Amino acid sequence: MARMPETSLSARVSVRVVYLARLRDAFGNSGETLALEGNGTPTVASIIDTLRDRGGAWSHELAPDRAVRFAVNHRLAQRTQVVADGDEVALLPPVTGG
Amino acid sequence: MTVRVQAADFDIGAEIAQLREGDRSVGAIASFIGTVRDVNDASTITGLTLEHYPGMTEAALEEIVAEARRRFDILDALVIHRIGALAPGDQIVLVAVTSAHRGTAFEACEFVMDWLKTRAPFWKKERLPDGERWVEARASDDEAAQRW
Repeated sequence: MARMPETSLSARVSVRVVYLARLRDAFGNSGETLALEGNGTPTVASIIDTLRDRGGAWSHELAPDRAVRFAVNHRLAQRTQVVADGDEVALLPPVTGG
Repeated sequence: MTVRVQAADFDIGAEIAQLREGDRSVGAIASFIGTVRDVNDASTITGLTLEHYPGMTEAALEEIVAEARRRFDILDALVIHRIGALAPGDQIVLVAVTSAHRGTAFEACEFVMDWLKTRAPFWKKERLPDGERWVEARASDDEAAQRW
């Protein structure tokens, strides 16, 4: 009897999340691999929600009134951008170079 | 068009000589050097650490220089930005632009710096006598970048 292929309604998407500068210090972590599960297509906003749910520094630093920018695979991205398995998503505080 | 992110210091004389070498249509060279101050927001600064996001930072600088080339009639441009630990008086950044005439060179140089300040992923952490702090972004930098 042929086996049914394994399928799931919600694909599991795994992304590399990178925390830079002030955010790295606040989280005590330079980055991690994050598995996003759930219905619907994951976006940058899904990642932010997942992290903010941890509370503490996470909810404080990622509160809606905090200026944080996002990059997907080294390009600035909006919160609505869809993320795919293997993407690198960076959280960037406002830049202060020059 | 050259962009470099490096820990090492740079020699502005040598860099500009190389930038203009071999192009006799250059009539103007404008440059900007940013340096580390020993005071910020009324605090004594003993040094800075500059952080970047490898890969994205270089790409962002390349895009800024490409945009300058689209907007201004420039011949060549160079951006060098240092990373790592720096002391007061140290050079941080060099922007140099060549063109036929000075107006274009001045404008393009200022444009590249204004966009670099607000778009290139670099972050400064200041060392003070009693600890460290991340530098906050300035609204005046956003206003300067929005002029263009």
